[in-house]
Amino acid sequence: MKREIPLIITFVAGVAFVLQYFIPHYPFNRFENIFSDWFSIVGAFAIWLGALSLMKLCLLNISKKSSDWPISLLIIVSFLAIVIAGAIDGFHGLNNVPATSFRDPGTNFDWLYQKVYTPLSSTMFAILAFFVASASYRAFRARNTAATLLLFSAFFVMIGRVPVGDYLSGWLPERMQLSHWANWLMAFPNTAGQRAVMIGIALGTVSTSLRIILGIERSHLEG
Amino acid sequence: MKKYYYWIILAALIIVLILLPKPLIVSPTVSTIITVLLGLALAGVLVLTLRGHMIGRRTVFLFIGVSLTLPFFMNYRMPIKVSPEVQTLYDAIAKLPPGSKVLAAFDYDPPSAPELQPQAEAFMAFAFKHNLKVIIMGLWPQGPQQADMAVTKVLQEPEIRAKNLRYGVDYVNLGFQSGNEFVIQRMGTSFSGMFPRDIYNTDYDKIPLLNGVENFSNIDFVFNLSSGQPGTVEWVQIAVDRYGVKLGAGNTAVQAPSVYPYLSSRRLTGLAGGMTGAAEFEQATKEIGKANTYILSQSFSHMVVIAFIIIGNAALFVGYRKSKQKGA
Repeated sequence: MKREIPLIITFVAGVAFVLQYFIPHYPFNRFENIFSDWFSIVGAFAIWLGALSLMKLCLLNISKKSSDWPISLLIIVSFLAIVIAGAIDGFHGLNNVPATSFRDPGTNFDWLYQKVYTPLSSTMFAILAFFVASASYRAFRARNTAATLLLFSAFFVMIGRVPVGDYLSGWLPERMQLSHWANWLMAFPNTAGQRAVMIGIALGTVSTSLRIILGIERSHLEG
Repeated sequence: MKKYYYWIILAALIIVLILLPKPLIVSPTVSTIITVLLGLALAGVLVLTLRGHMIGRRTVFLFIGVSLTLPFFMNYRMPIKVSPEVQTLYDAIAKLPPGSKVLAAFDYDPPSAPELQPQAEAFMAFAFKHNLKVIIMGLWPQGPQQADMAVTKVLQEPEIRAKNLRYGVDYVNLGFQSGNEFVIQRMGTSFSGMFPRDIYNTDYDKIPLLNGVENFSNIDFVFNLSSGQPGTVEWVQIAVDRYGVKLGAGNTAVQAPSVYPYLSSRRLTGLAGGMTGAAEFEQATKEIGKANTYILSQSFSHMVVIAFIIIGNAALFVGYRKSKQKGA
């Protein structure tokens, strides 16, 4: 029963999902609301589960004095700081007339969000620029025909998608300008490639979903 | 170059930036001289490479750092041509009559803010100036906070401040709701089912702007700012395909190529992709903001990356020549 019950739940839920999408009439349209509500509830619990799991992992790291335990300590302190700030601001906001949100300008949460979280996360993302540049330097090399095509595509898109492209090719007729080439590459070869990927993913998703609904694929029950 | 040289150059740059008077904007002549110097330095790297001295990744990082930073102090303005996908996005928004209800879905977080926040600000400013009623929501937890930041900023503009816009009447923030595409699906039948209260805990029914807004059929346009999943793809697959919503989107440069198929099939009304899209959107809406400044940095960095691609291929050519000589 330990395996059968989850398989039955998967089958029933899977079939109901398909039916509610293709038959938007009573009683199947009721499923949509029920599933949406349950998905939100499960999603909300998953946020807690993730947070608690992170706390557990960090506390274990600290108690075992693992090599990176100071980082775990920092995670716990940061997590608690933003949760406590948000909670205090939230409770204060409920008592205010009219009610205010913990996100409002001037709150402790907003200060942490704008002065700490935003610059730190933006910095992490900005580091990508350096790695992309370094990777481009090493990867875009004309070793063979395919690599050369990729190189030229990258060249036209990179120069054509910024104003400097038109600044340099402004003297040419409009259809010959670099932005036109970049737009053409994005609208045609890129779209064709993306469509192929989308269709491939869709077929893969359908086949995997069918295997899971019918109980052929059972890897999700493990672990 | 020895490793500590890079640290010395970086420290010197930071000290110079701190010591220089603020706000520091150099004249076009100085900007041209800096650009020429940068070009000459890259030419020097190319010559070194052709002579067989391979450069390390730290040199690439240094050039990228310099090319991204210096344009912030330059007084260059390059003409920005609005691409067809941004023009159609603008046209769709501009056609909306005053009083139209627009749903703005903020599905991104601070890492994507440099590309998407200028789009958000330009959109909000345009919407408020043209008397559009904006309903804000987010499928990402940080989305509504980003929206708040955009709203707070544009409300300070004199023209918008003069309108004396009221929360709950002219705009409303419904906040974040977990559930990804299921949220969109449920909104197809009932907005209040997914958002029973706004971010101030006010009941849905008590918000004047939301009177009569039952589902997507009461919304004139959806503008989605997205940097991943859930985002534009989910909005197209559910809101557009199933409920016939008119959708325009602003995406990060990384995500934009993946939504082009929806653009050509007209599932997506228009698209502003990345920093370029943001700058073009600002141009189209005439709400010039940060994207028009940032785009110069992006132009410089793209040119430097292209220069390094050329240098990389020169290194490949030198390698081939050396191996041929050894073979001979």
